[in-house]
Amino acid sequence: MLSVKNLKAKIGEKQILNGIDLQVNAGEVHAIMGPNGSGKSTLASVLAGREDYEVTEGEVQFEGKNLLELEPNERACEGIFLAFQYPVEIPGVSTVNFMKTALNKIREYRGQPSLDAVAFLQLMKEKMKLVEIDQSLLSRSLNEGFSGGEKKRNEIFQMAMLEPKLAILDETDSGLDIDALRIVANGVNKLRSKNNATIVVTHYQRLLEYIVPDYVHVLYKGKIVKSGGKELALELEAKGYDWIKNELALA
Amino acid sequence: MSVATYDIDLKEKIVRAFEQTPDRKNVQRTEAMRYFQMLGLPGSKTEEYRFAPITRALEKNFNFELIHPIESKIKSIDQFLIPDLEANLIVFINGVYSSAHSKIISPESEIKISDLRKAVNQNEAPVYFEKYLKTSVDPFMALNSALWQDGVFIQVPAKTKVKKPVIVLHISDAEKEQSIAHTRLLVVLENDSELTLIEKSASTGENNIFHTFAEEIVVKEKASLDYVKIQNDEGKLHQVANSMIHQSSSSKLNTFTLTLNGSLIRNNFNIAIDGENCESHFYGLYLLNGNTLADNHTVVDHLKPNSFSNELYKGVMDGNSKGVFNGKIFVRPHAQKTNAFQSNRNILLTDTATVNTKPQLEIWADDVKCSHGCTSGQLDDEALFYLRSRGISLNEAKAMLLYAFAIETLEPIKNPVLKIYLDSLISKRLNKF
Repeated sequence: MLSVKNLKAKIGEKQILNGIDLQVNAGEVHAIMGPNGSGKSTLASVLAGREDYEVTEGEVQFEGKNLLELEPNERACEGIFLAFQYPVEIPGVSTVNFMKTALNKIREYRGQPSLDAVAFLQLMKEKMKLVEIDQSLLSRSLNEGFSGGEKKRNEIFQMAMLEPKLAILDETDSGLDIDALRIVANGVNKLRSKNNATIVVTHYQRLLEYIVPDYVHVLYKGKIVKSGGKELALELEAKGYDWIKNELALA
Repeated sequence: MSVATYDIDLKEKIVRAFEQTPDRKNVQRTEAMRYFQMLGLPGSKTEEYRFAPITRALEKNFNFELIHPIESKIKSIDQFLIPDLEANLIVFINGVYSSAHSKIISPESEIKISDLRKAVNQNEAPVYFEKYLKTSVDPFMALNSALWQDGVFIQVPAKTKVKKPVIVLHISDAEKEQSIAHTRLLVVLENDSELTLIEKSASTGENNIFHTFAEEIVVKEKASLDYVKIQNDEGKLHQVANSMIHQSSSSKLNTFTLTLNGSLIRNNFNIAIDGENCESHFYGLYLLNGNTLADNHTVVDHLKPNSFSNELYKGVMDGNSKGVFNGKIFVRPHAQKTNAFQSNRNILLTDTATVNTKPQLEIWADDVKCSHGCTSGQLDDEALFYLRSRGISLNEAKAMLLYAFAIETLEPIKNPVLKIYLDSLISKRLNKF
């Protein structure tokens, strides 16, 4: 589904990604872990098309298409979804209206007819249950005055609505208490299928107790320095990132 | 200096033109002309008109030696109306009241509308005429007081709600030649009455248009006025509007000024809160493109204690357009417990668009709550990316954010048909469909 080869990217003059290789297939969950500043969020942003970053080398194929040539909205229409680490507050735009516009844009791109108001509302109600989010919250301005947990639940709600092929969760666990974490993880798990894939970007192992990955990759200084199964996350938790750093220093 | 030269020339031409009108013998008008001569046309150094080079535009684009009334061949005015809005209609074409196009549908028991020219010589109008709006303070106010061609006097009796809004439509016919017009309005809302007043400018033709407008609106005790001004004239309109709304105790005021088009638009908008327990919402929105210049000079004057005013003006400037906002708030020594808020927010879409914003608060009372703030910036890149990451294109995302920014100013509008119309104008301008 996603094939990243030797991806290098910089912001301003600062090189952040130094040659990433990553292969994600349908039905898989990949966890990207790493210490602060290792480039985790940058990788997520570059995949979603954030223009602050400049890709200097490498390629990214998504379902056979050159992802790097696509606008952020085209990537979304192709089936990529980024759950933001810091969801943006947008006064004056309600989540409901925003989702209706977004969903119909994506449907249009895929050659599907627009959903009418009734069908949209029905779909929304169904997806709301998944993340235990209240309709009154969705009628309000997008993320404005939402708590950290509400913002993250709103991200997963949007993900449920748009049904992406590849979901990238950028530090979705940050700022969540244990209950909110469980709800968010539960939502993600219910959306998992053999046809879609998930990349979970996280600093801590905690989230991975709920969203169990098939693969764990450790990112350090803009490169994937270690890959393994879900047990790698536990090992990291026990030994800390210094273990990786020391191992690299010795090598 | 060239500045002084054209000032004198143009001023002299206007004075000479006045001397050829039958109105030259009218005492009030002669005095107004004297004020105009004294004040002179504003030059580039005149503080109040620093960013609105109206004199230069008049000098360059108009012939003030032609004073004959310009006849119009406009047959239908349907295109200038507000769709589906049942309203009383007062139409001026090139400054002249058009009885053919005007239409009053409300009963006389609700509203009395009369010819202002006649009314100023009768019993009631002279009590209010030029009472609160002083001829001596602004050159274009003085000019209008000397030269106004036609006007209407609107009275709403006590304890009366005018069910249908009143639209005052200024049409300029610039098909054959330039159009110069001066019109006038006097409105009195008696105690406990209610009115929705809509003003709109429109034009046909490609020639230059100069329109001065002056209005005095008296809102008496417990009366309530909803006021909407729509400046969406796609012609070469140069307009200076002087407005004064005078509020008495426990009155309510909602105003909304929407500026979308025109060459040079200057609104001098004054509110005198001369009573206790008044509530005033004072909103404006300017969405400019091309070379349009829109200058909103507003004054909120709190003369009495215990009143509330909230001013919110927002602007989006595209192309080479220029936005100007100047907001003065006065809180007089006796006006304790005043709550006065002001906010001006601007978004610039291009490097060539500009905005000049200046809040001015003068507070003489010590027990008041007042705040003001102004911002100018671009669209938030982070918000744009967020919307795009959900499948919405860059242009649509921009439209969505601008619409969300702008639409807050429509809050005070109560009439649903009017609100839909205004919403459609805003959506269209921001490319949101």
